[in-house]
Amino acid sequence: MTSAAPQTGLAVRGKSVSWLGKRLAASLLTLVLITMLVFAATRLLPGDMALMILGKDATAESLAALRAQLHLEDPLWRQYTAWIAGVATGDLGYSVISRVEVAALLTPRLQATLSLIVLSLAVSVPLALVLGFATARREGSVGDKLVLFGSVAINALPEFVLGMLLVILLSTNIWHLFPAVSSLSPGQPVLHQLDKLVLPGLCLVLLQVTYLYRLVRAAVIDVMTSEYFHFARLKGLPEGLILRRHVLPNAIVPAVIAIGTIFAYSVGGMVVVETVFSYPGIGSALTQAVGTRDLPVVQAAVLIIAVIFLISNLVTDALAHSITPPGKGGQK
Amino acid sequence: MLKVENLSVVLADGTPIVRDIEITIAAGQTIGLVGESGSGKSTIARALLGQTGAGVRIASGRVSVDGRELLSLSPADLRNACGRIIAYVPQDSGAALNPALTVGRQIIERLLIGPDRLDRAEAFRRVAEVLTTLGLPSDKQFLARRPGELSGGQLQRIGLAIAVVARPKVLILDEPTTALDTSTRGEVITMVRQLTQSMGAASLYVSHDLGLISAVADAVTVLYAGEIVETASAQRLFAQPAHPYTRALLEAVPQVRQKLPIKGIPGQVPDLDARLQGCSFADRCSAVQPKCRESKPALAQQATGRVRCFFPSAAPIRRPGDLGPETVGDHGIVYRVDDLAAGYPTAPRLLDGISLALRRGKCTALVGESGSGKSTLSRCLIGLQPITEGRMGFADAAQGAGLRDSRRMQYIFQDPSGSLNPRRKVGDSISLAARHFFPGEDPRPRVEAALARVDLSPAILGRFPSQLSGGQKQRVAIARALVAKPEVLLCDEITSALDVSVQASVLQTLKRLMDDGLSLLFVTHDLGVVRTIADEIIVLKQGRIVEQGPADQVFATPEHPYTRMLLDNVLELPAGVPA
Repeated sequence: MTSAAPQTGLAVRGKSVSWLGKRLAASLLTLVLITMLVFAATRLLPGDMALMILGKDATAESLAALRAQLHLEDPLWRQYTAWIAGVATGDLGYSVISRVEVAALLTPRLQATLSLIVLSLAVSVPLALVLGFATARREGSVGDKLVLFGSVAINALPEFVLGMLLVILLSTNIWHLFPAVSSLSPGQPVLHQLDKLVLPGLCLVLLQVTYLYRLVRAAVIDVMTSEYFHFARLKGLPEGLILRRHVLPNAIVPAVIAIGTIFAYSVGGMVVVETVFSYPGIGSALTQAVGTRDLPVVQAAVLIIAVIFLISNLVTDALAHSITPPGKGGQK
Repeated sequence: MLKVENLSVVLADGTPIVRDIEITIAAGQTIGLVGESGSGKSTIARALLGQTGAGVRIASGRVSVDGRELLSLSPADLRNACGRIIAYVPQDSGAALNPALTVGRQIIERLLIGPDRLDRAEAFRRVAEVLTTLGLPSDKQFLARRPGELSGGQLQRIGLAIAVVARPKVLILDEPTTALDTSTRGEVITMVRQLTQSMGAASLYVSHDLGLISAVADAVTVLYAGEIVETASAQRLFAQPAHPYTRALLEAVPQVRQKLPIKGIPGQVPDLDARLQGCSFADRCSAVQPKCRESKPALAQQATGRVRCFFPSAAPIRRPGDLGPETVGDHGIVYRVDDLAAGYPTAPRLLDGISLALRRGKCTALVGESGSGKSTLSRCLIGLQPITEGRMGFADAAQGAGLRDSRRMQYIFQDPSGSLNPRRKVGDSISLAARHFFPGEDPRPRVEAALARVDLSPAILGRFPSQLSGGQKQRVAIARALVAKPEVLLCDEITSALDVSVQASVLQTLKRLMDDGLSLLFVTHDLGVVRTIADEIIVLKQGRIVEQGPADQVFATPEHPYTRMLLDNVLELPAGVPA
């Protein structure tokens, strides 16, 4: 097929800007819907929150006082708008259990989680690229099959099993290399306690690499069957240049999208890993808060996770959009 | 000068794909390498640059350019020769260019590597020079475009530019114009000729299109089942083919000049492992002798070329005279389209003012280049594309019969590999259609009757599409349409993916169906096929009919300049001697 009207660079840029604008507007709308959902969900939790907090022995007066303090008697819409107004000005409220500001409670948790994710991705992305390219070039060989089998096996293990295996292997009497429990010392920056990050980080790296490398491998194999790959060889280009210049830009798109998804998922979805290693992340903070009906914490944590999810999706899409070649679904 | 000797390419188990290939091309000369699918022509084209597909290797042979042998070079030296000494022009540049890289980068990159690399300024000068020769802009903005932003003709010229920018001594052109419209094709061919002459390059032009080869090549090598069967000067080969396969192939090519009876080659190319005993063409040859099956003929030198046959012919090719129009039988109007339009009136319309009538037992050809609207029109007729104005329907249909008439009009797609479900046996594919249109009846007799009408044996019903040849698959697709007992068949480029010899036999089948009273709307860009089968012609350009009339009249006295342009761009085989 001959292509339709060729596009000029300027028109393409204009389209990209309007595409970004649309995505931003859609994300904002999603965010508003999420706040409503979060609010509705927390208010629909069964049981009387005041009773939960004060216990069965609480007097009617103290219960009523607490309800008034938490504005539980107000109409729902007023509670919602009050909460939103607070969020908009950066006031996330107070934890009803520990009586400290929610922001102060969650900030170190979020830092811990983000550090762990960023560090693990910094290891697993290059590793996945190298492994993906190496196995794709030897597709069907014994080495390729072994790595593939190993990666599927690791992915098939539940996270806590993998975590326990690592603990048993690397921090008990087999090889005692790292602390089994990764509870961070408060007040110290996470980056100064790197030894505590090794085990949970390794667990994450294993999970990420095994998934990411398979995407890279499939994309590289796909490119290596393409006409343009063969043509690059017929042109007389050396193998390394072909891989770097002709294969990499086309093979990396699915990996970039997957990195974004992994990042977003990990922020809220690492609860199991955090629990196995007693790592004080935001996921475990959320689970604890749900257990104790600490509603302001639950709401804030879910909102933070949702915002990170949206931002990372937006960034990934924009990135994938900009590296996808025109005529291949790039400009819509 | 390129000299190929004794080149053989084999599968991992040693089964040969091409055997004992010998080609010599002088500087400035163009040799056409002709063959049908499976003949091994693309394998040869790539093997000349030392490359093969996965699971395939070069077993023996020498490829020398100006006396320097390439295949025995170290991998690094062979790589340096590729692109610099011997260069390759791809079949479909749309696929062969990397979508993620700018075209400038893809043209220049070969110049900047290797032992005799150029400095950037010199390389850029060279790129600009080549682009100007090829009639393309060479400014920064153009070089910064990526393949997705260019048209098909521009892409093909970029592919050519990549090949010639390093001034190679040998140019391998692998069907470089097959994906193009005829008007663009002419330009690209002219450029190829200018470039090879100005560079003094020896070029090998690989193609299945005999008309094209007759226009570009000085000499022709014909390939059949992995072997050279004949080599001769273009003049001699097209006038007086010596090998029975060459003769049969030339006779199977439809002509635009006159309407000829359809003549195919029966049978099909033997499988790779069945080629070693005797002459590979023996099973399809009309002049076969017992000797042909016992031993394999050698490629024997003759006065005017080389031929691999024990009983070569020395007679010129003879063609019967024009058949003329046929007028017997009832040819009432079956289907009518009145003033049809599609697309919004504000924008340039996809289709506008289309009126046509299909007659019983007649074939109406819809011709035009890509983008002319021929596919859109056929999609309108089967309801895949909404129409915004006008009427269409069977002449005898009640008002608003709509899709209830879908049984009476059946659609056959260009590519049978795509239109047949690969996971379903062909028998099930056909009987599914039978059960859909005639629920509650036993589909078997209908399926077998449809199969008989397209000359397929019932043994084929239990096979999957992947186990059939291209021609068989297209017949199955036709049978699936016939099982609905249609009155009109919509054929969308249904022969363009087929080899000439197979195309002829499919056309014969269609011709017989027309004699049984079926009407055809035949969408195609191949005017030779139109000449062979069509009774009426409709020429489309930019969604409008520019010319319409009886085939003989349109071919003899085309009125619209666009029709004349289309006819002028046909590359026709040299005329044979009248029989």
